[in-house]
Amino acid sequence: MNQIDTIAAIATGLGNSSIGIVRISGSEAVKIADKVYRSKKVKKRLGSQKTHTIHYGYVYDRDILVDEVMVVIMRGPNSYTTEDTVEINCHGGAFVTNKILETVIKHGARPAEPGEFTKRAFLNGRIDLSKAEAVLDLIESKNDYALRSSLLQLSGALYEEIKKMRNEILYEIAFIESALDDPEHISTEGYSEKLEVKVEKLLNKLEKMLKDSKNGKILKEGIDTVILGKPNAGKSTFLNLLLGEERAIVTDLEGTTRDILKESICLKGIQLNVMDTAGIRNTEDIVEKIGVDRAKECALKADLILYVVDTSVPLDINDKEIMNIIKEKNTIILLNKSDLNSVVTRESLLHLNKKIIWISAKENIGMEQLEEEIEEMFLEGKINFNDELFLTNMRHIHHIKEAYESLVLVKESIRDKMTEDFYSIDLMNGYTSLGMIIGEETGEDVVNEIFSKFCMGK
Amino acid sequence: MNQIIDKYDIAVVGSGHAGCEAALASARLGMETIIFTVSVDSIAMMPCNPNIGGTSKGHLVREIDALGGEMGKNIDKTFIQSKMLNVSKGPAVHSLRAQADKMEYSKRMREVLENQEHLVIKQAEITEVLTENDKVIGVKTFHGTIYNTKAVILCTGTYLKARCLCGESITYTGPNGLQAANYLTDSLKKLGIEMFRFKTGTPARMDKRSIDFTKMEEQFGDKKIIPFSFSTDPEKIQKDQISCWLTYTNDKTHEIIKENLERSPIYSGIIEGTGPRYCPSIEDKVVRFPDKERHQVFLEPEGLNTNEMYVGGMSSSLPEDVQLAMYQTVPGLENCHIVKNAYAIEYDCINPRQLNATLEFKDIQNLFSAGQFNGSSGYEEAGAQGLIAGINASLKILGRELMIIDRSEGYIGVLIDDLVTKDNMEPYRMMTSRAEYRLLLRQDNADLRLMKKGYEIGLVSKEKYEKVCLKEKLIEEEVKRIEKVQVGASKKIQEFLQQYGSSPLKTGTTLAELVRRPELSYEKTKEIDCERPKLSEDVIEQISIQIKYKGYIERQIKQVEQFKKNEKKRIPLDLDYKKIKSLRKEAVQKLCVFRPSSIGQASRISGVSPADISVLLVYLEQNKLLTLKFSN
Repeated sequence: MNQIDTIAAIATGLGNSSIGIVRISGSEAVKIADKVYRSKKVKKRLGSQKTHTIHYGYVYDRDILVDEVMVVIMRGPNSYTTEDTVEINCHGGAFVTNKILETVIKHGARPAEPGEFTKRAFLNGRIDLSKAEAVLDLIESKNDYALRSSLLQLSGALYEEIKKMRNEILYEIAFIESALDDPEHISTEGYSEKLEVKVEKLLNKLEKMLKDSKNGKILKEGIDTVILGKPNAGKSTFLNLLLGEERAIVTDLEGTTRDILKESICLKGIQLNVMDTAGIRNTEDIVEKIGVDRAKECALKADLILYVVDTSVPLDINDKEIMNIIKEKNTIILLNKSDLNSVVTRESLLHLNKKIIWISAKENIGMEQLEEEIEEMFLEGKINFNDELFLTNMRHIHHIKEAYESLVLVKESIRDKMTEDFYSIDLMNGYTSLGMIIGEETGEDVVNEIFSKFCMGK
Repeated sequence: MNQIIDKYDIAVVGSGHAGCEAALASARLGMETIIFTVSVDSIAMMPCNPNIGGTSKGHLVREIDALGGEMGKNIDKTFIQSKMLNVSKGPAVHSLRAQADKMEYSKRMREVLENQEHLVIKQAEITEVLTENDKVIGVKTFHGTIYNTKAVILCTGTYLKARCLCGESITYTGPNGLQAANYLTDSLKKLGIEMFRFKTGTPARMDKRSIDFTKMEEQFGDKKIIPFSFSTDPEKIQKDQISCWLTYTNDKTHEIIKENLERSPIYSGIIEGTGPRYCPSIEDKVVRFPDKERHQVFLEPEGLNTNEMYVGGMSSSLPEDVQLAMYQTVPGLENCHIVKNAYAIEYDCINPRQLNATLEFKDIQNLFSAGQFNGSSGYEEAGAQGLIAGINASLKILGRELMIIDRSEGYIGVLIDDLVTKDNMEPYRMMTSRAEYRLLLRQDNADLRLMKKGYEIGLVSKEKYEKVCLKEKLIEEEVKRIEKVQVGASKKIQEFLQQYGSSPLKTGTTLAELVRRPELSYEKTKEIDCERPKLSEDVIEQISIQIKYKGYIERQIKQVEQFKKNEKKRIPLDLDYKKIKSLRKEAVQKLCVFRPSSIGQASRISGVSPADISVLLVYLEQNKLLTLKFSN
């Protein structure tokens, strides 16, 4: 609801585009852009450039080069939101665009709420009133989605962890506040030393969370990856190899995997939500048929398909069907059982126009190449995944950072020998930030905690 | 035939702390005012604790004073002990508290009322509020006389359908055995006003002669007494103070309580009202905190000319025999004689969400209310609301814009906003933790924050206002100067730093940076500041705070700027939320009930999400319903 702060978001889809745009809007937009922008030769300040001009240069996160960019400056009111707006055009793909957004946020912008640019544009009179309904719907649907995904995306363990941390912080606030409210009953002698230890612990936890977030561990984000293949092509063996454990049941019987197995793995920092599916074939077995249908359904929704081809037997009608499914999808073809005599050649599959890798699920051959292939597709932005989720995660991280910074301020206040009432102000900010992640309001929490934990009053 | 009297502009119902402030404010603004009381002897009575102020309540008293109210002046004239609480903490939570001579406090306030121009007192019970077309037109007394007025302010305290409970015995009276008001509730219900039933309690009063003070710790007042009122000369109120005494409950006390719990009307289910959690009875404390070995008990004098002592910390509704046994387990109280029993009191009040932040009823024009009637508790909370209600009722009649103090301007704003915006299920008490901008809302700067408003309204004299303007100017100039004064790493400076154990300078800095060091202060840096002007103590205090806590204060000022934006976006009261299709159901329900007056207020209602607020903003914009209020 902060109308006057400066927001930033990725304006393009995170998917298959050659350029990405990070948009910043608000009174600090140009100032923030100046903090991350460096021109090629002469030192150029964006702040002193004319409106509606474009500038070539680089985005740096302090001393680390992030990308080569073109920066567009549009000063209000002649911009989409009517506020000062900067658009950073960078190389497309999730990785780079995200990095730029992260850098901008680090330097003072706030991640935009869903639909916030449009909302600002509307509230500032930029959008025609006839479109108001659409704006309302946009805010509603995007927020609804964000709210749902926000909680869905949070792993259960993290959710519990944040709740626990909030409770700990709340207790400390309530203690300080009850002592301030009833100084004749409750003494704060020696409290700051104790609090410092607790804050240190909380900071460590938050720090770990932030680190984990970079490796994609904290959030259930990731690329939905489906393993397809006809029965007994070795899909489950392959999955087990990926996972490094016996998760799928492997037998020699065709149609062993009738339902869908889901697992998350992290390849080179990229999270894959891998789904092993029933082998695709025409079948009379009702249970197996359901499995096959589900596999097809999954494949259609997937961000990435790994098509496992059994090279020891000729391509058949079932392979044909799979090839149909993968036509429009990001796919890597895995030629399996390369340890046996192959009857299927690489050339016979070239017309599909997909990456092809020889692997042996049994002998652990080709796995490294596969990892590299996936990484490349991701960095090039070929693999798309839901950008709303991506942004949700961005907000989570932002709030964790906010909480971290608030607790650092508490620590500083303790070091500076400030009195206890100053601690609780920043503790409260940290508490509120963490609450945003799990969608909880602050409301009367402190007052309730004071009365439930501390004996007060006349 | 009913007698009809129509010479008054405003009728104030009740003469407690809310009623007194309301009546004085309206009379001082030139309204012909009549104040009704069930007993003129109960004007500004203190039926519970014998003190004014305390944490966060002291802030309220200062704010009342800055706006032109009476409470601060009254306690300055009648206190018997004074103490600034939390002095070891930051300036935001320093709070002044004074023990009052109860009878003197009440007597002096009565004198002020009796001699106030445009104000008359009438001893009568009001039984009916009269309205016409959803607008108040007057009140009716028990005797049938009708007073036609332009506005009515209800300040009925704990008197509506009051009953007092002491164990199994119930008396149908107001506090201290005074007559209850048994008719008004029904009249209000007929007007569609939603009522709550709340409960509170008070401890016993004891005969000083029966107490052994040698077994207690003496609690002194401050050596240097600081007045509440900005217009009281501190030099003139220094005097000998009366002590309070501290003792503790113990196992035996708790045992007696536990054994007799079923005889407590709360635990036996006789009490229906909701009691405050911050002011638990001793039986509540023992039940809810079984691990606590002892609870503090404060013996506080009720006045100079009485032997009655208030037993702070041990309010109760246990039967008389249990009370005596329980009190007598406490060291020093072994032979105590109880003058007045402890009791719990139940009373009717309103659900305050029916009010605007001006304290006018949303659905009944020119009907205002204040104090415990609004679901709050405490003398100071009552006084603050009374003042605002009195001011706004007058402004309404005068056709002027009503006054709202917002959450960033004062504790009064926090208090009223909480009452009218939050689901309030128990008697509400002010706390510093409720004020999100408390670094700015200090008791020491209430004059700088609010006196301008008091002046504009007409309750603060020009002379006082100009004085505060000058003070503001002096502070600003000196803060600016200190921020600018350069300090080099000279020998004199290094020696000065060494003397206070402060690390030496490597490069030049400003004097302000030195002031901000934990071991230094504005006062201490005087010796290295050759251009230091001679300033009064209160100005120096402000300068010190502003420099020392600059970082924190600036952060809060930024937050306030954000907050103000949404406060200024007004929502029409008759907005039909059901028509806004993208609002979530829960939000629609809540908004329909609370009918917030601004986007800011709407955003504080629990159950209304930020997305709902966005939807609301867009809807209002679309229909050109949003009006901006540019004042302040």
